[in-house]
This record gives sequence, structure tokens and C-alpha cells, in this order.
Amino acid sequence: MTLAERVLDGDIRAAARLMRDIDDRFKSAIEELKTLYPHTGNAYIIGITGPPGAGKSTLVDQIVSAYRKKDLLVGVVAIDPTSPFSGGAILGDRIRMNRHADDAGVFIRSLATRGALGGLSRSTTDVVNVMDAMGMDVIVIETVGVGQDEVDIVSTAHTTVVVMVPGLGDDIQAIKAGILEIGDVFVVNKADRDGAERTARELTTMLEMKHPDADGWAPRVLQTEGVRGVGIEELVQEFDAHHIYLKESGALQRLTEERNAKLFADTLREELFETVFGTIKGNGKYDQIVAGMRDKSIDPYSAVQEVMAGRAFS
Amino acid sequence: MAERRIRVLVGKPGLDGHDRGAKIIARAFRDAGFEVIYTGLHQTPEQIVSAAIQEDVDLVALSILSGAHNTLLPAVREIMTEKGAADIMLMAGGVIPEDDIPGLKAAGIAEVFTPGTSTETIVGWVRDNITPHA
Repeated sequence: MTLAERVLDGDIRAAARLMRDIDDRFKSAIEELKTLYPHTGNAYIIGITGPPGAGKSTLVDQIVSAYRKKDLLVGVVAIDPTSPFSGGAILGDRIRMNRHADDAGVFIRSLATRGALGGLSRSTTDVVNVMDAMGMDVIVIETVGVGQDEVDIVSTAHTTVVVMVPGLGDDIQAIKAGILEIGDVFVVNKADRDGAERTARELTTMLEMKHPDADGWAPRVLQTEGVRGVGIEELVQEFDAHHIYLKESGALQRLTEERNAKLFADTLREELFETVFGTIKGNGKYDQIVAGMRDKSIDPYSAVQEVMAGRAFS
Repeated sequence: MAERRIRVLVGKPGLDGHDRGAKIIARAFRDAGFEVIYTGLHQTPEQIVSAAIQEDVDLVALSILSGAHNTLLPAVREIMTEKGAADIMLMAGGVIPEDDIPGLKAAGIAEVFTPGTSTETIVGWVRDNITPHA
């Protein structure tokens, strides 16, 4: 049996291995993903993002528990940064959620960013697709701790949750561009701390200033205490409400199509580069170009045009 | 063909709360270019093995200072075998008497490191003995 067939058969080790093949960019993984693709599109995907230390992992842990109480199967993709110096990584999101490790209804996978800058890893969408094909009802993606511009999660998740904590800065921070534009749900976590009310009020004011969506979802600000599980029920109810809204407004279909289009474009970009670069490295053209740039007989822009005109990819 | 990156689970089985050693090892592994899944304190053998399988690691490295090594380490190994994951290597470090080491090795723990071992030695052992899953 192929890995993909074993995944569809419910084999956990096969799923874990396939995710690794995807992450390590094995060509064989492409074949497996082809087999799985028709089995995807059923899971509800939630993205959790926010600054480091906001309590994202702890919230994910609580969200997993809440969905398990409803008897739903839950997948988690937790992303942490790769060291730019050694290429290694410490993936520590599991610390907060490993009590679910031996629940057969939960599958948690940690991914390292491996140089990706948007808050996710390149493999995220494909790993989510494997979990989707495994039959997970809900998939929660936890991004790396983000600052202001790591917004790739929007094109990957159905519902994007921005987690904030009290005391991160004034309300001007909240009207800059970036992660505050992407939330479908906002959470002020650690709500037992001083200033939580104020942070929630400021966020609400900012959100109310925004022109309402043409198709009408108004993001709300909820307060939680992840460690004690306070506010989680309301949070999951808000997810349900957003999910229903997405389905009824047709936005779910649109998101799915955008996600597929992005996956196609990303895969194409990667394949094209590998094919063209591999070809010119193999036939000596690359060395010629490097030498040409050295003695200024060619510039990098003309070199690229020349390579493209030569259709190294066709 | 793309290259495999070594993935290691670093964990603390049982009830002891001393995680300095585990954190130092996790960091040394990160600096060696490995991807380290750190599962934190107070893990049951079942949790460790399930996490190791879901994360598809090549090696489970357990830090144990409680004295319960003769029980917990073989238990992890047995559950790995039960779950069809005997190919994942198991290594341990901590306050473990020399006399106990042969028994642990016989139970399938590939290597045991005791206090005073340098992180270079441990990283070197991983490089020499762990071949990432094909």
C-alpha cells in the first residue's frame, strides 16, 4: 500500500511519515498528495495567531478539549521558528497540549518555519490537507509568535483568530496595518490581568471604526483565561457562528477556491524555479552567467530574460 | 532529492520536575541543526510514545532524575514496540547509577548518559548513531 492509501486507512504512522516527506520536500510526497486531494475539503480550519507569549498554545489546548467534548476529531499544526543560524529548531508548543497526545481523536504535529517568513511553514497547507484526508473534523493551526506583518494564516484558515494580551501598547499599534486587519475573531487572553478590559474596549473601538464588510461579518472581541479555561465555551460558539456565516454567505466556497489557487501558484513557482535552475546548472549556462556578471559582459536582468527566452522549462 | 533533517523528541517522563538538563540538551540539539520537539514535564510513557509517532521523530531522548529509570525507560520501549514504532531509537540521560546501565541497554535503551557528559559528546553520539528514517 502507498502512504496515501495507508493514511486513508487510518494509519497514524503513515500520516506522520507523509508529513515528514512533505516537510523535507521529497518528490514522492507529491504523488501521495495527488491521491489524497479528492479526500480533502471537509475539515473546518481555524488559525490562531498573535504575539509570542500571548497564550496561543494554551488556548489551542483548551479549544481541542472543547471540540473533543463534542466528539469531533481534531488535528493541530503548531509552528515554531527555525534558527537562522543552525537550521535547528525547538518546537515547544506541545508542552501546553501534550495531555491530548494519547487521545486517539487528536493528532498534533509540530512544524518548524524553515526560513518561511509569513508566520507559517511552507508545508502547512499540505500537512493540513493530510489531516483533512485523515478525517479530522476540525484543524487548528497555531502560527509562530508574530509581530505585525506575518499574515499568511488568512489564506490558509477559514476562521482567523488574533490573540492579544493586555499591555502590549497603545491604540495606535492597533490601527497600523497588519494582524489586526486579518482577524475574524479577536481574543484578549490573560483577561484576569490589569488592563484587559481597556485592551478589549480599545480593540472593539478600532473594529467599529472599520467599514462594515459588504457581506456582513462583524468581528467581536472576546476575553479568555486560557490557563483556567475561562471564556472557551463562548470562543468555540463564536467559531461555530463564523463557520455558519461562511457557509451561508458563500464565503467558505470562495476561501476554499482562493486556498486552492494559492496552493497551485506556490507549487508552480517552486517547480518552475527548480526546473529552470536545475537545467541551467546542469548544462553550464549558470556558470556562464556567473562568469559574465563577474566581467560585466552580462547583467543579471538580461541573463534572466535570456534564460526565459531559451525556454529551459518547456 | 531533498535531505532529511534529524527530528528528536526531548521529554521528561514521570514526576521529577528538574528540567534544566532537558532544556540544555534541547538547545544543544537545536544548535546542531536538529528539530527538537520538547514535550515538557510530567509525561507518561504513553504520551511520550504517541507524541514521538505523531511527530515522526528518529530519536526519543529522555531526561530522568527521579530514580524511576528502571521502570519508566523500559516502559517507554515496550509501548514503542506495541505500537509498531520499535524503529525509533531511545536514549536517556540523568542521574542513573552505572550498575543500572547494562540492564537498561538490554531493555532496548540505546545509550545512557550520566552527569558530567558534555553536550558535544551527546550530539556526536546522535550524529554517529541516528540515521533519519528513509
